Amino acid sequence: MDAGRLYVAVAAGGFRRYATYRAATAAGVFTNTVFGLIIVCTYRALWDARPHLGGYDQAQAVTYVWLGQALLSTLAIGGGGVEEELMERIRTGDVAVDLYRPADLQLWWLAADLGRACFQLLGRGVLPFLFGMLCFHAYLPPDAGTWLALLVTLALAMLVGFGIRYLLALSAFWLLDGSGVTRIAQLAGYFCSGMLLPLNVFPGTLGEVVRALPWSALLQAPADVLLGRADLLGVWLFQAGWAVALLGAGRLLQSAATRRVVVQGG
Amino acid sequence: MWVRSTMAYRASFVMTTFGNFAATFFDFVAIMLMFSRVDSLAGWSLPEVAFLYGLSAVAFGMADLLIGSMDRLGRRVRDGTLDTLLVRPAPVLAQVAADRFALRRLGRVTQGALVLGWSLSRLDVDWTPLKLLLMPVMIAGGCGIFCAVFVAGAAFQFLAQDASEVQNAFTYGGTTLLQYPPAVFTEGLVRGVTFVLPLAFVNWVPAAYVLGRPCPLGLPGWTAFVSPLVALACCALAGLAWRAGLRSYRSTGS
Repeated sequence: MDAGRLYVAVAAGGFRRYATYRAATAAGVFTNTVFGLIIVCTYRALWDARPHLGGYDQAQAVTYVWLGQALLSTLAIGGGGVEEELMERIRTGDVAVDLYRPADLQLWWLAADLGRACFQLLGRGVLPFLFGMLCFHAYLPPDAGTWLALLVTLALAMLVGFGIRYLLALSAFWLLDGSGVTRIAQLAGYFCSGMLLPLNVFPGTLGEVVRALPWSALLQAPADVLLGRADLLGVWLFQAGWAVALLGAGRLLQSAATRRVVVQGG
Repeated sequence: MWVRSTMAYRASFVMTTFGNFAATFFDFVAIMLMFSRVDSLAGWSLPEVAFLYGLSAVAFGMADLLIGSMDRLGRRVRDGTLDTLLVRPAPVLAQVAADRFALRRLGRVTQGALVLGWSLSRLDVDWTPLKLLLMPVMIAGGCGIFCAVFVAGAAFQFLAQDASEVQNAFTYGGTTLLQYPPAVFTEGLVRGVTFVLPLAFVNWVPAAYVLGRPCPLGLPGWTAFVSPLVALACCALAGLAWRAGLRSYRSTGS
């Protein structure tokens, strides 16, 4: 099997694997919808007190909330992608088997994560988003071009999301137990991606710093595109830049880890 | 034993404890950022919202510390390791609760207590003995109500084995909801969390009494004091659900 087909097969496997857990998917849709409801209420109170906060009107703020709920599990913003399994494999030493495979470790897991992300978008993301759009007064772009641009942005966001989480997973080579890193990453993910509050509502320097970090490629960038507030080329360059930097760093760390670290075993 | 085992990976323990502290702290940072742009949210000031936040976080944090491992039950049912607990001479509920007992969850309680302390220093409350008495009572009651939600969620996992996330909607979703004033939400939602799943008695109803605000939904003033009774009723119902769930348990047999 040539390399391209191998990784497509891995991605398809990742997609099917998550598609198997129907009850878990339904539970996820339910939970995302409940959280969406709660957050929409708080945002509406916020935008009532301060209309046009961050340049959004109420309807745009509502769309922002439901986009966030749709992307939370798709991009594994708070963790919960393939990195958990990779960490476990590093901790138990199973990763040694992976390293002997005739496939690249990083590309293998990237393919698996892309498959997972595509399933989560369709299985868990679309329904809460549709619910939000139907039940609230929300803003939707009228033209097909914006939706196409959103797809491109989402693909880039998937790369950035994986790039961040792969680096975290590799830290397990040194730390062994990944739960601490996972927790910190979850916080950074929620706070810096705009899950708690849109990044353009953040005041002053804090806002500028947070918007320059890679996490803003995960939710703020797709939101800017969907709400028609983005200079498309700029957003894509920003996302692609971070994707290249993170994946490159992952590659360096991976070679350092495989050269220097003794694999656990029993 | 779980306490000692988590200490084995010391760097990770420090990070998770800090993480749990900071996780809830970032929730509060988001609220502070909101208030950097507005003076009040649905008519409530920052110290008042912080009071709601602190009460909810402390009550939830204590429940999470006691029996927060309940969401692992679904996995145990799936892979059959629940059987090990069934043959041991100790109540299954206690064993599941102690499973992976995580001291690091102290972070959440600590952070909630700090926010609560800060809000008390800023609030202009006309303290009476009754209001002072109500503080520990409502925290205990709130903890009881959240414990009941955890147990009921675990009972549900006997039925839906890999749907542990539904539980998060009620536990984490519940505490998030209670961190904001009731006036933020639609009346239907407030009714739901008052009469159906009585989360409102964790903080909304008793806090309204302490802050001298009208009770949500126009409830009479004495309802501020019924949190422990509500908690008892909830725990009883959750206990029944747990027993029914445990009875219906069939091992995977693999």
